[in-house]
Formats: sequence, structure tokens, C-alpha cells
Amino acid sequence: MSAHNSANVEAHAGHPHHEPASLVVYFSTFSALMILTILTIWAGMQDFGALNTPIALGIASFKAVLVVLFFMHVLHSSTLTKLTIFASMYFLGILMVFTLADYLSRGWTGQ
Amino acid sequence: MSAINLDRRVVGEAASTHEATPKPATNYLNHETTIASWLLTLDHKRIGLLYLVGISLMFVLGGAFAGLIRLELMTPKGDLLTGDVYNKSFTAHGVVMIFLFLIPSIPAVLGNFLLPIMIGTKDVAFPRLNLLSFYVYAAGGVFLALALLLGGVDTGWTFYTPLSSTYANGNVMVAALGVFVIGFSSILTGLNFVVTIHRMRAPGMTWFRMPLFVWAMYATSLIQILGTPVVAITIALVGFERFLGVGIFDPRLGGDPILFQHLFWFYSHPAVYIMILPSLGVASELVSTFSRKGVFGYHIIACSSIAIAIFGFVVWAHHMFTSGLSQYAAMVFSVLTFSVAIPSGIKVFSWLATMYKGSVSLASPMIFFFGFIGLFTIGGMTGLFLSTLGTDIHLHDTYFVVAHFHYIMVGGAIMGFMGGIHYWWPKITGRMYNETLAKISAALIFVGFNFTFFPQFFLGYMGMPRRYHEYPEELQVLNVLSTVGASVLAIGYLTPGIYLPFSFFFGKKAPKNPWGATTLEWTECESPPSPHNFDHNPPVYDHVYDYSTLNKEAAVVSH
Repeated sequence: MSAHNSANVEAHAGHPHHEPASLVVYFSTFSALMILTILTIWAGMQDFGALNTPIALGIASFKAVLVVLFFMHVLHSSTLTKLTIFASMYFLGILMVFTLADYLSRGWTGQ
Repeated sequence: MSAINLDRRVVGEAASTHEATPKPATNYLNHETTIASWLLTLDHKRIGLLYLVGISLMFVLGGAFAGLIRLELMTPKGDLLTGDVYNKSFTAHGVVMIFLFLIPSIPAVLGNFLLPIMIGTKDVAFPRLNLLSFYVYAAGGVFLALALLLGGVDTGWTFYTPLSSTYANGNVMVAALGVFVIGFSSILTGLNFVVTIHRMRAPGMTWFRMPLFVWAMYATSLIQILGTPVVAITIALVGFERFLGVGIFDPRLGGDPILFQHLFWFYSHPAVYIMILPSLGVASELVSTFSRKGVFGYHIIACSSIAIAIFGFVVWAHHMFTSGLSQYAAMVFSVLTFSVAIPSGIKVFSWLATMYKGSVSLASPMIFFFGFIGLFTIGGMTGLFLSTLGTDIHLHDTYFVVAHFHYIMVGGAIMGFMGGIHYWWPKITGRMYNETLAKISAALIFVGFNFTFFPQFFLGYMGMPRRYHEYPEELQVLNVLSTVGASVLAIGYLTPGIYLPFSFFFGKKAPKNPWGATTLEWTECESPPSPHNFDHNPPVYDHVYDYSTLNKEAAVVSH
């Protein structure tokens, strides 16, 4: 019995149990994405000055997070899957931060 | 010394005697023989061999372009090739050698063949994706061949903007599309290996019981998965700009050409580690087997492979010190570049410590290892010249850089590949090759390589820029030396192209474990392996490089 239990535990660890997400969650996520898309279009027609790009990227990133968490089921996935997503984002962060480290410091003449 | 040799021979005989069990009637080479069974195979071993044929052809093609370049540089004047044809020749040489040969060389050939066996499983996690990766590679090769047939590309393998955008001809996008497609082949291989290593290790095969070659392949796969999409996106962005007029790299449209260099090198510097890391893994296997000793600092070597993969992602802008990079960013990248020397140095010192008081034998794979360690060290050390901001200003885009990266990518990566091919050839084919010819080949490659590329350090230091087909007369002696060395190098590379295929048909049958090695592919798998590698789950109880059992067997036989 205990062996059977441990086998179950192992199977559970290797293949996390996926609760079928309810239609309510899918439609709520879809609705949120539609609202955010309308917000994107609205923001695109406004002039926020220097904040134009950060606001557009902020909305887009939030939409991406919704897709990843709910449509791609990462919210209820294994730690390994979450680690994989995190690693990808971390490496994207390296690309962005180090490239910007060049662009943002080009005006520094050291004088 | 003779006693040591005698002992070793006894050990070899012990291994052979011990393993004189009846061979299975079928193996992966003969269980199916139709052409379709090869072209549609899902067996990781056969796919590895398909890649071997593919990359060997590409190596010959890339080598032919290298020959053209060296012939042109025999004389100071551009009397063999026009400037335009010369530009296209070095571009073709770089593109073919990097994307079609070096990147898939060890991962797709030796990795495919060996990785599942070394961790004790029957195949990779996704065999169909594995076959798809080969055909994606072949499709990318077709695009590159098409670009060559349409008249070639003259941007250099780096496809820098605005050469590849504003001033490019139509062939650039065909070639870029080829690189884009080949990238997916690389991603599929990396993905397969990561999942296989995580999910399919044999019972008892813990992470720190894995052979160091597997650790190196794991680190390589991470780079392939994380880095390759960036170059694919970069190429797509060039396409968007050219065909849709979106301003990304063109200043007239609000873009920045240096952004291309950032994105390109974010992949292409780690790509150097895709080429060299697998060789470092091969080196660890060779030094252990032919020193009959566990690898010194196993854990730190395993971790240094991962460290190289990670450090490799934060050093890319050292290719851009003279490109208008901000001086503060340049300083950061310079310091980070120096840090790569640490895990690389750890490996070299650990290999030397492994040989210390080991029972070192001079079989041909070990000769290749000796060549590898010398050339890799010179390549690595000269990299420090280039990561130093001041000296890089003088040496950037000169032949010093050409010599440096050839010491790493040819001296290191290909020497490791050759060592690996010779080491695992008996396992792959079930045949032994001519050991004397193999040693001669290793010596020719080492000597030819140094004659080809060592003079180029001086040429670069004296100011000869790369990618020029004419040069001042006072530089001719060193250039002739380099061309003559390249001829010796070519003979060194062609020799295995004769005796290895010959041995495949006529060589002596190989025993199961001719080198007395300890990893699973030698101890649990026939030569050549059966279609499913193992008849049972291979037992893994001990550390991977445990020679005590083999040594005990040898002692019993010698008494």
C-alpha cells in the first residue's frame, strides 16, 4: 500500500494534476484581454509624452501575463514549467538591461 | 613505462575477454537496410549518422572556400579573385562552416548518438522532432545553397546592417532565411536533449552521476533554446525593415544599425559556446579514459559548463568595442568577458590534474586531446588580449581576431570533434580504424593548424585587416606560411576521410569496450549498439568514472 502511495506521489510530482479550467475562467480571461485591447487602442490615440511607450508596453505585458497564466495553464503547472518560463524571461531581461546599459549611457562623456 | 604499457594491454585484453559474450544478431546498422529505413528513421543513432554525412559534406564545401581564400592571399595583389568574389568566398566559408558544420557538429552527431545511451535510455524524448530537426537543417542548407547559386552574399557571416539591409542584393534575404530555418533545427535538438536529460535518465543515474559529456550537452542545449530564437527574430526584423519599411536598424527610418549588432551578438557569441562546450565535454571523457582515472574536480567541471553557458550570455558586446558602444557599457562587458576565463581555466587545470599520476596512454583520441588542450588554451588566452579595451582598439577586425577565433572554433571545437569521432568510432561502427594513420592525422592537423593560424597573430598585430584581398608586400612571407600550413591542415583533415570509411567496411571488429572506459555506452552496450541500445535497464550504482572494478579485473588477469 505504501509502495502504491509513493508511486502515486512520484507520478504526481512528475506529471502535475491538471484541473480542467472552467469556462468561466476562460471567458473572464478573454473578456479581460478584449477590454485591455480597447484600452490599448484608446491609449494609442492619446499623447502621454514620454510615457507613451511605457504605457503601451505595460498594457501589452499585462495581457501577455494573462495569456501565459490562464490560457497556457502555467498558474497550475509544475515548478519546472514555472522555472522554465522564469528562465526565459530572465534571459530576455539580460538582453534588455545590457542593451539599454549601452544606449542610456552613450551621452556620458566622463567629463 | 613498459610495465605500464603491459598493464594497459592486459587491461584491454581483460576487457575484451570479459566482454566476449555472443553479439546480438542484429544491431542498429543492419536490422533494417532499405533507404527509406534510413531516411525516415526515428532511431537517434541513425539520425546522428545522417547528420554526420550532412556536416561532412558541408565541411568539405566550407573548406573549399577556405582554400580559395588562402590561395588568393598567397600574393599581395588580388590576382586570383576579384574583391567581390573574395567577399563572397569568405562569407560562404563563414556561413557554411558556422551554421552548417560547427553548430550541429558535436551536438547533432555525437550528442544524438551518445546522449541517450550515456544516460541509459532507449532514445531521445521526442524521436519525431529529432528527425524533423535533420530535415529542417537540410531545408536551411538548401536555402543557403540557393543563395550561393544565385550569385552569393558578400556581407560576411555576420550579416551586419546596413550591408544586409540598405545596400544588400536579394540573395541576402535568401541566405538569411536559410540561417533562420537552420536555427529551428538547433532549437529542436536542444529541446530534445533538455527534456531527455530531465526525464529519461536510467534509475540510479542522478545528476552528479552523469558523464561530463552529458553535462556539456545540457549546457549547450540551454544556449540553443535560449539564444537561437533571438537571431531568428533579428533576421525577421531585417526582413520587416526591408519589405515593410519598418524603422528598426535604418537611421533614416528612426532605427539604429548598432541595435542589429546587439541582437546578433546576443545569440552569436553564445553560439561560440554551442560550438566549443561540446568539445570540452568530449575532452573530459577522453582525459578520464586515457588516464584510467576519474576526472579531477568532476563537480566543478560539471558546474563550469553551466557557468560558461550563463557567462556566455553577458559578454556579447565585446564584439562591439569599436562600434560606438558607450564607454561605460564597454567597461562592464570587458570585465564580464574576463570572467569567462575562470570556468574555462577550471576545466583546463582539472584535465591536467586528471592526467597527473594517471596511467596515461597515447591512443589516437588522446593525441587529439593533447592537440585540443594546447590550441584551446592559446585561443582562450589570446581572447584576453581582445577583451582588454585598449588592445582591442588596435587588434579589432585584424587577422589577430581571425587567428584567435580559429584557435577556439577550429583548434578547439574541431580537434575535440575529431577526438570524439575517433574515440566513439568503434562504438558507432563496430570497427577499429588504423591507429597509426589516426595518429599521423592528429599530428598533421596540429602542425598544419599552427602553421596556418599562428602567423596570423603577427599579421594582425602588424595591422593587416581581415576581409581584404590585397595587402602590403612586406606581409607576404607570413601569408605564404599560412597558406602552406593550410595545405598541411587540409591533408590532415582529408586523411580520416579515407581511413575511417575504409575501416567501416574492412576494419577489424571492435570489442564492446576497446578503451577500457567506464561510461554506459562502453560497459552496457554492444559495438555497434542494438536498435534499442539496451536489453534491460542498465544498472547505475557508482560514480560514472569509477575505475576500481576494471582495475580489479585487470589485476586478476595479470596474476
